[in-house]
Amino acid sequence: MLTCKEFLAELSDFLDEKTRGELRTKLERHLQECPNCWVVCDTTKKTIKVYKGMQSCSIPDDVHSRLMAAVERKMAAKVKN
Amino acid sequence: MVLQAAGSLCFPAGFVNSFTLWACVAAPFALLWDNGVSRNMATESIPVETPVDDELELVTRAKQGDMTSFSALLRRYEGKIFRLAMNITQNREDAEDVLQESFLKAYEHLDQFLGNSKFYTWIVRIAVNQALMKLRKRRSDRAVSLDEQIDTGEDTVVREIAAWDPDPEQRYSQEELHEILSTAIDELAPIYRTVFTLRDVDGLSTEETAEALDLSVPAVKSRLLRARLQLRDKLTRFFKRKGDDAFAYM
Ligand SMILES: [Zn+2]
Repeated sequence: MLTCKEFLAELSDFLDEKTRGELRTKLERHLQECPNCWVVCDTTKKTIKVYKGMQSCSIPDDVHSRLMAAVERKMAAKVKN
Repeated sequence: MVLQAAGSLCFPAGFVNSFTLWACVAAPFALLWDNGVSRNMATESIPVETPVDDELELVTRAKQGDMTSFSALLRRYEGKIFRLAMNITQNREDAEDVLQESFLKAYEHLDQFLGNSKFYTWIVRIAVNQALMKLRKRRSDRAVSLDEQIDTGEDTVVREIAAWDPDPEQRYSQEELHEILSTAIDELAPIYRTVFTLRDVDGLSTEETAEALDLSVPAVKSRLLRARLQLRDKLTRFFKRKGDDAFAYM
């Protein structure tokens, strides 16, 4: 049986479904036999899910305006040359 | 209200981390840019009304001098790049500088973008370099890396193990939830915060994250694991099942 430490080391790949074959079987068996790792796995999965739900990322209007102005100046200079 | 709360994730309050001496940022930067560029501007104008969804098409048109296409790329990514710059510089003024410098550089060197990676990955790489240069200037003669000396071994410690509710986030209002999530992510070291955001929030692959941050794939993987576990630990306080006692690994 895997140790908890070995399980944790593979947790990210396991959650991303990147583990295959014998390793995956071992990890799944550890999950069935170890309540601690089951909780860590479940709550880490929920952590990722809850952050995925907040993708919106707005930019302040003034920051956007100044960015556009800077880029337009650059474009104008380019056209001139 | 929701919009405001979303903003707090993107523009976190100042939280200054100490960056260790690591590697000079000038080297990778030079690799990216010192190619002696000369761009060809297309003289014919391209109809701007055509809706263009495909990113590669936008890039192609922008390369030909279509300003509308470049503006479309800018609008698509400015929010994410600003958040990234805030994550690294921890300073709004610096982040805005980084944002502008990144898009100006991208515009100027667009013909160096070969299209074999995502445009977002490319511009993230530019922005990370710009942000690190900013930090370097702020700290005068010190070279700065995003990757701090963080291998203390404590990062992977799981401190609290307690089951969560099936849908723990529903216990909180949108505003409260945003506050909880953004506070937790702000407390991470910049490298963890950046890797987690690119990989798990923006949805880049491990390989793309490695390319954007100039890290190896194993380095991204280990930092991602630590970021996820640290966030999990921080969120357990808020999301654990009521009445359950947390316990730790023996
Ligand atoms: Zn275990």
